[in-house]
This record gives sequence, structure tokens and C-alpha cells, in this order.
Amino acid sequence: MDLFEYQGKQFFASYGIPMSPGEAASTVDAAVAAAERIGYPVVVKAQVQVGGRGKAGGIKLANDAAEVRTHAGNILGMDIKGHTVEIVWIELASDIAEEYYASFTLDRSAKKHLGLLSAQGGVEIEAVAETDPDAIAKIWIDPVDGLTEDAARAWVAAAKLNPAATAGTVDILRKLYTAYTEGDADLTEINPLILKPTGEVHALDAKVTLDGNSEFRHPDYAQYDATQVRDEREQAAHEKGLQYVGLDGYVGVIANGAGLAMSTVDIVNQVGGQPANFLDIGGGANADVMAGALEVITNDHNVRSIFINIFGGITKGDEVANGIITAMGRVEITVPIVIRLDGTNADEGRALLEPHLSNMLQLRPTMVEAAEAVVAAAGAGN
Amino acid sequence: MAIFVDDKTKVVYQGLTGSQGRFYGLLNRDYGTQVVAGTNPKKAGTDVDGIPVYATVAHAVEATGATASCIFIPAPGVKDAVMEAAEGGVKLIVAITEGVPAHDEAWFYNKLKRDFPDVQLLGPNCPGIISPGRANIGITAGHIAKAPVPGRPNVGIVSRSGTLTYQALYELKLNDIGVTTCVGIGGDPVPGTSFIDCLQAFEADPDTKAVMMIGEIGGSAEEEAAAFIADKMSKPVVSYIAGVTAPPGKKMGHAGAIVSGGKGTAAAKQEALQAAGVRIGQNPTEAGTLMVEVVGDL
Repeated sequence: MDLFEYQGKQFFASYGIPMSPGEAASTVDAAVAAAERIGYPVVVKAQVQVGGRGKAGGIKLANDAAEVRTHAGNILGMDIKGHTVEIVWIELASDIAEEYYASFTLDRSAKKHLGLLSAQGGVEIEAVAETDPDAIAKIWIDPVDGLTEDAARAWVAAAKLNPAATAGTVDILRKLYTAYTEGDADLTEINPLILKPTGEVHALDAKVTLDGNSEFRHPDYAQYDATQVRDEREQAAHEKGLQYVGLDGYVGVIANGAGLAMSTVDIVNQVGGQPANFLDIGGGANADVMAGALEVITNDHNVRSIFINIFGGITKGDEVANGIITAMGRVEITVPIVIRLDGTNADEGRALLEPHLSNMLQLRPTMVEAAEAVVAAAGAGN
Repeated sequence: MAIFVDDKTKVVYQGLTGSQGRFYGLLNRDYGTQVVAGTNPKKAGTDVDGIPVYATVAHAVEATGATASCIFIPAPGVKDAVMEAAEGGVKLIVAITEGVPAHDEAWFYNKLKRDFPDVQLLGPNCPGIISPGRANIGITAGHIAKAPVPGRPNVGIVSRSGTLTYQALYELKLNDIGVTTCVGIGGDPVPGTSFIDCLQAFEADPDTKAVMMIGEIGGSAEEEAAAFIADKMSKPVVSYIAGVTAPPGKKMGHAGAIVSGGKGTAAAKQEALQAAGVRIGQNPTEAGTLMVEVVGDL
């Protein structure tokens, strides 16, 4: 789950990471009221989960209430790379002496946590990694040991920050690591981490991705789940508990298992079609799940044909076939469906489907043949 | 021969008294696996269809000589279950459960490496492991796997995906190729067992003559496997990588299946494997056909 900056800052604040005072606002009046409480000058920042908002005019300095009113009015509702701004973050403006970068993620290859720290902050870390890789100090942390104070000090020294920033940075890094581990984050990133002319270090931005699998021990994360940016189709699928990723094509895809679903998307592409989605219905494939999946797919008006690709393991082919037949009775379907059913009891399943077959419901023996048929059916339906 | 599990492996099921644990535990026993015990601290002294239930893995090991455990505990309890199994004395832990937090996985992976270096963890979020005709631990449908045929070249399978594992077993069965062992390492960010662990074991197993490796987008496990294959493997490897057309930044069902920052693409993985001499199928069926050719040349 990706957090907006304002959520990330509230998340960081709960772990004691120092920041300028700030508030989120969804209306111009609320933005002005927030600025009055905080004091001037303030920065008005568009809340979108996409980079480049500064260049798009989504970050403005305001010296008084009138300027807040103007900027908040312009920024709220603004479209930034397809994302509409619904919330602005109002924050006391900070004087900046130096800008750094700090983050924690999981290094899947090393199977340890990876901390990155650089004296070159405020720019994309990928760009720094490319042009000046030595400017990034890395630390691999064994999750069993955690980040000790000694290790944090050595790491900060390796990053060659301004010595005036050392103590403040060590403190923030240890808090950021705690937020990362105790908060079950996939990513905690501060860019920029700033040194003020007065010598304090604090976080000017917050980028946080949380692990959705950890919600059982963080019931408050439901609030973040509710603000996830999803397209309409993804939201509908999410509400039905289906694993769905929207794509740009016109062949709806339903498969059981993430690997098979990915493979099905691939094969539709390979035979010259364009998949409309990735949809994994998991192991069950009963009538309820199948009906839910068909509803999500048919609500996508770009879909011109549907590929149901099922491999029966423990789930038996005859049960899957009955699920499909029942689901088709419950969901109105106006586009052709092509089914490939294999594995356990596939013969029984195919026999059950046989009497229902037509141009609108076709059965093919292999994945490749089914993919070809479903792409052809999409063309014919045009 | 087989890798990791065979007909001598004695398995304790953590969560045998739950609906999933019971269902698959009994299916695995029907297959011929030595399902010797279950655990549940509240139901010690009872049994599940004749399989004795103990309070802890340690008790089960003491009473039955169990050498492996299979975990069907819900995600919040998996961290404790893994440590209980290691402390209880089993040498193989198969964690089927999906939805385990990545921080828990990273923690017990490193904890096991440090304190229990001889324990092999498989999963979490994996379909399990089957040595056809000998033992089946997990949720694989046993009958879609063809047992190894003496005197013929038999094949090992290692896969990050569940249903594609079944698909691979099925393709080989249709082509009348026997399988020594099929390992589903799972699709999570920190799998206990890697491709390399399995490739190494298959290379050392005299009955395995070739390996089918099913990968997917995300991470760099396939690239690391490619380096291992180039340096250390004499046996031929055929591979299929799912997610060639996956869009960046989207988790494709599995927590680990995501292309991020231009890394973890299927194309990069295919390229690395090809450079290591691996033959790549563009879909599971093509990979099966390639394996027929490979086995025919042996």
C-alpha cells in the first residue's frame, strides 16, 4: 500500500521523526485555516502518488492567507500526470542548508534490509546511482540484529554528510528503521532529509509503502487501504477479494493461480491480442468466485472476448465446469468466452460444458489454441 | 533417488486440526507420505483420523521421530510456527501459508541461517514438494505427477508459481517424462529455499538428468540461478518465465512478482538464462516440448 505524503508524515511522526508542523486539507477554506494555525510562510503541496508534482506547479510557497487561497485553489482539482489532486498538505516552510537522501527497503537478493544514505538529496536516487554511485552509502542490516547505534554512526560517516548533521541524522535513521520494521513497511524513504541553517535535521518529504500482509497486526492500516489509488475496475475486483490488475487491451483474462494468470496474459500477447486485465481467482473456482470474476470483467467496456484458463489440481475440472455454467446463468454476458480446462477431471469438466458450447462459449484443448480462438473472437465481435 | 523428501521422510503437520491442514494432511497420507503427527497445544492427546496430535513439534519429534514439518498455520502464527519447528528438531520445514508479512520472513530466514544452519525452510506461500511415487508434502495434486521411470532420464522441477508447477508436472506427464522431485519455492519476497538450493541438489542427485525451472517477474532469483547454472551445472536446464508482458509497478498476484525501477523483467531473466545455456520456452507447453528434445538427446 502506497501512502500519500501527508499519510507518510503522520506515520513518521508517530515514530518521533522530526518534521515541520503541517496539516492536510481538502478544501481551500480548510487550507487557509490550517495555514493560520501553522503560521507563515507555508508550502502548499499537492498530494498525488506520482513524481514531478513540483514541475507541474503542484508545490507553491505562500506568505499569507491570500496566497494560500490562490495556490490551494489552483492546486486542488489539478491534474498531474492523470492523477487528480484531492488533498493538499500545508506545511511551515523550512530554511534549507543541505539536502540528503535516506531510505530502507528489503534487498531480496541479500535477504537483508538495505539502508541507503546520500549527501546528494532532493533529486531522484536512481539518477544519483547512475551518475555517481559512490555518493550513496549502503548498509545491509540483519533483521535479527537490527540497526545498532554504532552501525548507524559508521554508516553516516561513510556518507560524508556535513559533520553538523551527524547526531541528528543518526537519530532520524534509527527512528526511520524502527518505523520500517515495526510499521511493516516495504519502503520508508526521506527525500530530502534536510539540514537547516540552525543545525537541526528533519524530514521534508515522506514516501512510505506498507506491506498489506501485515494488516492483522496494524488494524489502523485499513485507513490507508481505503485511500489506495485504483482504477474503477481494480476497485470493484478488490471489493470482491479478487487479485486483479487492469491492463489496456480487450481480451478479458480469468485464470486460477498467479503464475497461470501471468502466463495467460503473456500468451494472449504472443498470439497478437491485447489482454484487458490480469485476474487470479485462486484455487477455488466455484460458482460464486467465477460469477464475481465475470462481473468485474464484463463491467470493463473495452472487453470484447473472455479467456477462462483453468488448471485443475486439487480443484476438480467437473466442479470448475459447474461453477462456470452456474456463473454464466447469473451474469449477463454479451461477449464470447473461450475456455481451456485441463488437469484433474478435465474430461468430465469438458463433457459438462459440451451441451452449452456455441460461438459464444467455445472450448479449446490447449492454452495456445484457446488464446488464438479468444483473440479471433474479439476481432469478430468488433 | 529424489531431493529433500522421499518415502523415509516422516512429517508432522502444524495445523493438522484446522480445515486446510486436515484436508491436505490426509490427502498427503493417502498419497503414501509418512504423516506421523499433528500439533495443536489445545488438542494434545487427540487424533485426526488416527494421526496423533501433540502439543508441540518437539513432543511430536520425540514421540514419532518426525524429520520434517508442514505448516498450515494462519499467517499471523507462521513466524512462531517456523521457530517451533526448528527448535523442535525437524530438518525440513514446508510452510504452505500465504500472506506472511515480509518482515517476518526476513527475520526467520536470517534467524534459521544463524541458529539452525542445517534446517531447510521451503516457502512460505508455496505449494510444497513432491517426490512422485514417494512422498507429497503440501497442496500439489499427486496424480498429475509421473513417478520416475528406472533406466530412463528423469527430470527435476523447481518453480516459483503454484499452478504453473502443476502445469509443468502435467506437461511432462503428457510427454511420458518421469519426475524425481518437484519443488515449489513460492512467490514471496524472501523464500526460504532458492532456485540455487534446488539446482544444487538436483545437480548432486544421480537420478535427475535435467531440470525444468519455472520463474516469474520480480527480484533477481532467476539471474542468480543463471550464474549458478553457468558455473556449476553440468545437467541441462529448460526454463519458462511468466510475466513477459506485466506492466511495471504492479504486483501480479504474488507479493514478489513485481517489476520495479526497471528491474526484475522477464526479458532480463530470459537473457541471463539463455547466456547460461538454458533453453527457454515462451509458454509452459513450449517448455515441455523443449524438455522432450533435451531428454531425447540424453
